[in-house]
Amino acid sequence: MHDPVVKSAAYVLAHVPNMAFEFGTTQDVERQKDPESTYLAKFSDHLRTFEQVIGYAPFQTYIGNMHPDKLATIPRPWYEGDKVEAKRHGRYGEIMPEDEFFAWLRLVDAFELVLLEEQFLNELRPRLEKNPIMNEADLEKIGSGRSGEEIQKLVDEKTAAPLKLGDRLVGCVRRAHEVDATLTAHVIAENTASKASGAIALRHLLDKTDIDPKDIDYIIECSEEACGDMNQRGGGNFAKAIGEFGNCANATGSDTRGFCAAPVHAMVLAAGLVKSGIFKNVVVVAGGSTAKLGMNGKDHVKKGMPILEDVIGSFAILISENDGENPVIRTDSLGKHTIGSGSSPQAVMQALVADPLRRLGLTMEDVDKYSVEMQVPEITEPAGAGDVPTANYKMIAALAVMKKQMERSQIPDFVTRHGMPGFAPTQGHIPSGVPFVGHARDLILEGEMSRAMIIGKGSLFLGRMTNLFDGISFLMEPNPGLSEGDEIDESAVRKLIADALRQVSEGLAQSQD
Amino acid sequence: MDLENQARIKELGEKHGAENLVAILGSSDPDCAELAAETVTVGDPTYAGPLTGVQLGLPVYHVMEPDIKDQVDEKVYEEQVAMMEMVLEVDALIDAVKGIREQHSKL
Repeated sequence: MHDPVVKSAAYVLAHVPNMAFEFGTTQDVERQKDPESTYLAKFSDHLRTFEQVIGYAPFQTYIGNMHPDKLATIPRPWYEGDKVEAKRHGRYGEIMPEDEFFAWLRLVDAFELVLLEEQFLNELRPRLEKNPIMNEADLEKIGSGRSGEEIQKLVDEKTAAPLKLGDRLVGCVRRAHEVDATLTAHVIAENTASKASGAIALRHLLDKTDIDPKDIDYIIECSEEACGDMNQRGGGNFAKAIGEFGNCANATGSDTRGFCAAPVHAMVLAAGLVKSGIFKNVVVVAGGSTAKLGMNGKDHVKKGMPILEDVIGSFAILISENDGENPVIRTDSLGKHTIGSGSSPQAVMQALVADPLRRLGLTMEDVDKYSVEMQVPEITEPAGAGDVPTANYKMIAALAVMKKQMERSQIPDFVTRHGMPGFAPTQGHIPSGVPFVGHARDLILEGEMSRAMIIGKGSLFLGRMTNLFDGISFLMEPNPGLSEGDEIDESAVRKLIADALRQVSEGLAQSQD
Repeated sequence: MDLENQARIKELGEKHGAENLVAILGSSDPDCAELAAETVTVGDPTYAGPLTGVQLGLPVYHVMEPDIKDQVDEKVYEEQVAMMEMVLEVDALIDAVKGIREQHSKL
């Protein structure tokens, strides 16, 4: 049986500085503790403009306009000066401005909970019409808006969370229940933002892939949000909610959770569903997180930097049956951190990297690029978390030294050749392994690369249910092609089954006679 | 240091007495190691957790310091810590923790 392929990948960012102030947990907690805090007072002085954000080299890498190795040649800090061409649209998706993202919140809102002000919508409409992933029906659904007075009243009554552009109130998100803590205005805004960003990524995926959306069989959503009500807090189903906006009329779906590791778990599940023949086309999709906006903002402000966590990230990846062309997910290459693996960094890397490679008779050197937790280092370093991707590459290299696959002095060289700089926003699940899948697909198709390992890791202790760590990994490789022999085998099997069924039915008919 | 860990250390101090405890850190960053060492000696320097103003004065070490490493079964150390020893700035980590220990550990 042939391995499934990565047929397409889309990546999207939405620049939402005002949502960062309103919905980011760091800011929200600070507001609850001390509404007059100096951090909150300084927050807006440290925000970037949309032009600065689209000119940010790591984000140009995320949406596919630049290879990660090229990013490595650009001197840091990347947030200073004009280092790359600022392009809104990229090979894999786009970076969307906040006002247009608000329109998407309204578009994906199924319960009239997102209200936008009419004048704001009038001003915005010409730009919405120009976006190729938005259609006539979308514009109709967004509607003509509500009066500013109505929105102001809901916000004043504290039954709705504000949507602002600077000081201007342009909309709000209403609560969905009077007392249910899982349906507050804040939670609804959080979930709607996740759904909207996932829907935008799905639209981009379908827009650039030669596939009829009706041929999508199944959708796996893998963000870190929970939607439900007080009787089933994480009931779901984001997957179908998002699929509705991709016109995937024949698809069903479900949500997979596993903290930051969930996207790689979801890809493995998708690969299994396709390889088994259950489904032919499975989309793995995740929207982003408003909670994590400005997560390290205090440290950024303290160090006089811009607040770099000002974007929501999302992605969508299509896993399909083998087409003889696109790179495969090797289903015999899985690395998994098991319940018994142990949680030291060494045990984790052993389980995710060393064990699967050993099983396949490969060394660490045989993998061209490892995609680990690809957070932008200049976001995490000021907060004391260091350069996360580089730390991971050093660990893989050190493990190779322990396995006597290379000398200790070769560690820096290994890190340069097999690693890459982080280029994804610190949105939990978003930077975890998957940001490189699009690049890896292209590089393999272009013959520039022959093997990439995609690694997802997750810290489960945050949910207070277990102290176990988690992770899962797989290899992407060039498509070996569909051999003629395999095709004959498959048709022979089909004929065999058809003959057997015919015999059974004939037998049944005779026994009834 | 994580607020929950601070609460656990405080509780252990109350239960067993600070004179019967040693704090062994596994931090990967020298600045974080220094902050954690301060927390278990002179109290939480960020004034956010349960150890704020609590001067336990615990003897504090990093797991990679020879004093600790030499007491660990070689095989266990090889399995659990050796890889990270190659990755981290061990001298900087030891200096950070040792500096605080020499200044503030009571025992």
